[in-house]
Amino acid sequence: MTTTDTTAGTATATDPALTSAALALGDDALVLAQRLGEWAGNAPVLEEEVALANIALDLLGQARVLLSLAGDEDELAFLREERAFRNVQLVEQPNGDFAHTIARQLYFSTYQRLLYAALAAGDTPLAGLAAKAVKEVAYHQDHAEHWTLRLGDGTEESHRRMRTACEALWRYTGELFQPLDGLGLDTTALEAAWLDSVTAVLTRAGLPVPSGSRTGAWRAGAGRQGLHTEHFGRLLAEMQHLHRSHPGATW
Amino acid sequence: MSSDTWPLWEVFVRSRRGLSHTHAGSLHAPDAEMALRNARDLYTRRMEGVSLWVVPSASITASSPDEKDPFFEPAADKPYRHPTFYEIPEGVKHL
Amino acid sequence: MTAGTAGTAVTAEAPGTHAADAAAQAAREAVFDAAVAADERIEPRDWMPEAYRASLVRQIAQHAHSEIIGMQPEANWITRAPSLRRKAILMAKVQDEAGHGLYLYSAAETLGVSRDELLDKLHTGRQKYSSIFNYPTLTWADVGAIGWLVDGAAITNQVPLCRCSYGPYARAMVRVCKEESFHQRQGYEALLALSRGTEAQHAMAQDAVDRWWWPSLMMFGPPDAESTHTAQAMAWKIKRHTNDELRQRFVDIAVPQAEALGLTLPDPDLKWNEERGHYDFGPIDWAEFWDVLKGDGPCNDQRITTRRQAHEDGAWVREAAAAYARKHTGQPGEAQA
Repeated sequence: MTTTDTTAGTATATDPALTSAALALGDDALVLAQRLGEWAGNAPVLEEEVALANIALDLLGQARVLLSLAGDEDELAFLREERAFRNVQLVEQPNGDFAHTIARQLYFSTYQRLLYAALAAGDTPLAGLAAKAVKEVAYHQDHAEHWTLRLGDGTEESHRRMRTACEALWRYTGELFQPLDGLGLDTTALEAAWLDSVTAVLTRAGLPVPSGSRTGAWRAGAGRQGLHTEHFGRLLAEMQHLHRSHPGATW
Repeated sequence: MSSDTWPLWEVFVRSRRGLSHTHAGSLHAPDAEMALRNARDLYTRRMEGVSLWVVPSASITASSPDEKDPFFEPAADKPYRHPTFYEIPEGVKHL
Repeated sequence: MTAGTAGTAVTAEAPGTHAADAAAQAAREAVFDAAVAADERIEPRDWMPEAYRASLVRQIAQHAHSEIIGMQPEANWITRAPSLRRKAILMAKVQDEAGHGLYLYSAAETLGVSRDELLDKLHTGRQKYSSIFNYPTLTWADVGAIGWLVDGAAITNQVPLCRCSYGPYARAMVRVCKEESFHQRQGYEALLALSRGTEAQHAMAQDAVDRWWWPSLMMFGPPDAESTHTAQAMAWKIKRHTNDELRQRFVDIAVPQAEALGLTLPDPDLKWNEERGHYDFGPIDWAEFWDVLKGDGPCNDQRITTRRQAHEDGAWVREAAAAYARKHTGQPGEAQA
């Protein structure tokens, strides 16, 4: 929520498994912050401009701490190629209409809250970060749930749009529970808790729980293996071009 | 009011524990739950508050400026309600 | 909105005989004039002249519109900010502008107009916003130049508004000004980094300052001799200084700041005048100002189209939330329909 530097003085992780986990979680937060940043000036109502920006700023703050555990935050954000990013495909999906953005927020913030709660209770070097972040993402989840209820149970049009969005993004949710080395998390339990939580909200909103597969058919993998959707290359091109146009410059 | 218009809410913020809520401004929201969240995002994004109230603007009953004199002037001629009205000998303490 | 709403201004006349009306009217005017003369604040439910109310609505609405239209040129660079630190700062700044728009629409609503009405007037070109936002942000350095020059000019304009005679506007401005100083400093810092950076970065910064300097001076409005609103606004203490006074104050502040940046200002006539104790500066191209104001600026159409599009695209969302509230709480709408 603050704009002060959150990265100063953070030690770089030495455990390679932990470094790669920090990178994956940092990439998730960075890419979603980037997507939410696209809403600036385009939100459905002024109050929501402020709300979406708050969420984006929280995520960007988390990304900076996590990436700094893995190396230099700007080198990692601006100089890696697409195949080196480890974020899940869910966060790189385009904003679409407001329903798509809310469905993406619901799926992702529910996952993030469960993940950070588990990490905060653990003893990895991420525990401190997770304890702070879990409060932020609990608010993100609250925001997504309130909007899911209002869109699902609002008008016929909003119901239709929200249902379409929930179904369209469902296939990207299985990837959230791929085990990440170095974190020692019970991803099966996380996934069960996620499914319970999301099912409860969708049901209250009068929306069907999507029935399709939650993973893609591509056996090679997905975002955690550096395999992204076609949208991602353009997101990176936009994010990185200025930084890359001035090699070695400071900003 | 058209179908996409949200009502106006007044926002009151307690800036820290021990102080009362004070009026911060207003905002639009479809219902109380969302009003509270919008208030949090808008009026406390620089750590300005520890507690929030939201009230539908339409629910506030205010005194009218036309009634200002009968409402407030009678209080002006009762100086005996204020401690400075009374003279106490020098040196008397705890009073 | 119901007539008795706490925040709403009262300008309606009470019924009665003509003679009694006239006397009552004169008494109200005397109370209003005395309050303004004594530097007291006028509050929403106080009686106020209709022209005072209309003038405030016009000015506050234009100010609010400027905040939300002003999000666009800067949001243009959020996704391309060259470091994560700069990205966070810029996001927070653009968010603040949405917040400032909200504070100001709130202040306008105490005068008995709804935000919907004001947005509609913006979307249909019946109310204006600051012309400065009809210029494009072509490079990253424009973000810095906007922070330094445009926000700097805005602050010069806005600080006296914290003492404006209308209470809700003055209070909104106190909040806005507190937050704006971060905006100006971040812009200055961003430009300084560019100016002291590589040759290409320095050139980018100079180019941006060259393009934004003159439009920033135009932000103070036409010269006093041609300003239609200034005299009355000053008499009512809505405004505290004339356009030219504020413009001069801004130039005097900006010149040494430019020197510290290591950048030049694009005005060969700019020089210290010992006698006046101010910097002299060259003539402003008012023809450009009026052309941009009339709609021929590089981005007028784009800004309004984008704003209108966001509003239209959001209609189903706002409708959904209102419908949900009707179903589940019975709260909204009905109390104020």
